[in-house]
Amino acid sequence: MEIRWSILFIIIGASIVTVIPRVLPLVILSRLQIPDWGLRWLNYVPIAVMAALVGQELFMQDGELSPLHNNIELLAALPTFLVAILTRSLLGTVVAGMITIMVLRFIF
Amino acid sequence: MMQDNDHIKRQLVEASEESFLQGVKDCIPTLLGYLSIGFAAGVVGKTAGLSIAEITLMSLLVYAGSAQFIFAGMIAANSSAAAIILTIFFVNLRHLLLSAALSPYFRHLTSLKNILIGSLLTDETFGVAINHAANKKSISEKWMHGLNIAAYMNWIAANIAGAFLGQWITNPQKFGLDFALPAMFIGLLVLLMVSRAKIAVDIIVAVSAVVIVIGVTMVSSGSAGIIAAAIIASAIGMAVEKWK
Repeated sequence: MEIRWSILFIIIGASIVTVIPRVLPLVILSRLQIPDWGLRWLNYVPIAVMAALVGQELFMQDGELSPLHNNIELLAALPTFLVAILTRSLLGTVVAGMITIMVLRFIF
Repeated sequence: MMQDNDHIKRQLVEASEESFLQGVKDCIPTLLGYLSIGFAAGVVGKTAGLSIAEITLMSLLVYAGSAQFIFAGMIAANSSAAAIILTIFFVNLRHLLLSAALSPYFRHLTSLKNILIGSLLTDETFGVAINHAANKKSISEKWMHGLNIAAYMNWIAANIAGAFLGQWITNPQKFGLDFALPAMFIGLLVLLMVSRAKIAVDIIVAVSAVVIVIGVTMVSSGSAGIIAAAIIASAIGMAVEKWK
């Protein structure tokens, strides 16, 4: 159980650069009056970020476009989306996704 | 008198929806996703030669999956401290946008309290919080702390478990664990879209974001892709909304 000085230094550096982008907008923007167009733009940020994260998970592999044929993740995404829309339950969606991918990997 | 009682009951219900415990409960659906990715982060850290104490400290202080994977990968590749820190900085710049999008809901809090809330912000807690905020003017501080702390504890536990058990788990994919994260993002995206009454514009934004993230990731990096997609696709949404 040891912590090397060199690693400790990188951990502290990494924690500083990860905390700043998390904290700064919350502290500054909650004090300012954001213009109307800014609020309307911010309104779409959550959809855009989540969609981009989903897109990256389903279509990309190591910075390359993953082949569309036999992309099991993409196939498993369809029932996962369906369960999300029908049940509106986050836990249900996660479990459905995991079961689907297990079954698909068993079949293929 | 009856009406008074109803009024008090309603206030109680509203108060319990905003409590710390409710925040913890609302975190539960994300736990599987966190567990699997935190577990993986622990395994990868161990494989890269980090000690269990180092992995624990990293999950406590850095608290970001993407950053911790990069950390382990670059340590294994003998990268310099400056290169590791700079890469992690760029990868986590997307948090600027998440933090900015949450800021209108925390206007009632002091700067110190906003620092506490922001420092535990993640993709997942953001997704849950912004869904919770639908049709609300503000988010309760207690509720947010409940959500954040539950997610944080779970993350640390998952990292430590991964560091300890990593050597025996040879094939986590067999259990579909790797799909917990994309499935969670899908769930958060869908819940977000059904909670707002502008499905047409939202779909345009989501499709644009996917196209942009693929294009930019191919020519640049994954984190640049997310940031570009967030900035441009949101602007597209704004433009379409105005033009309609």
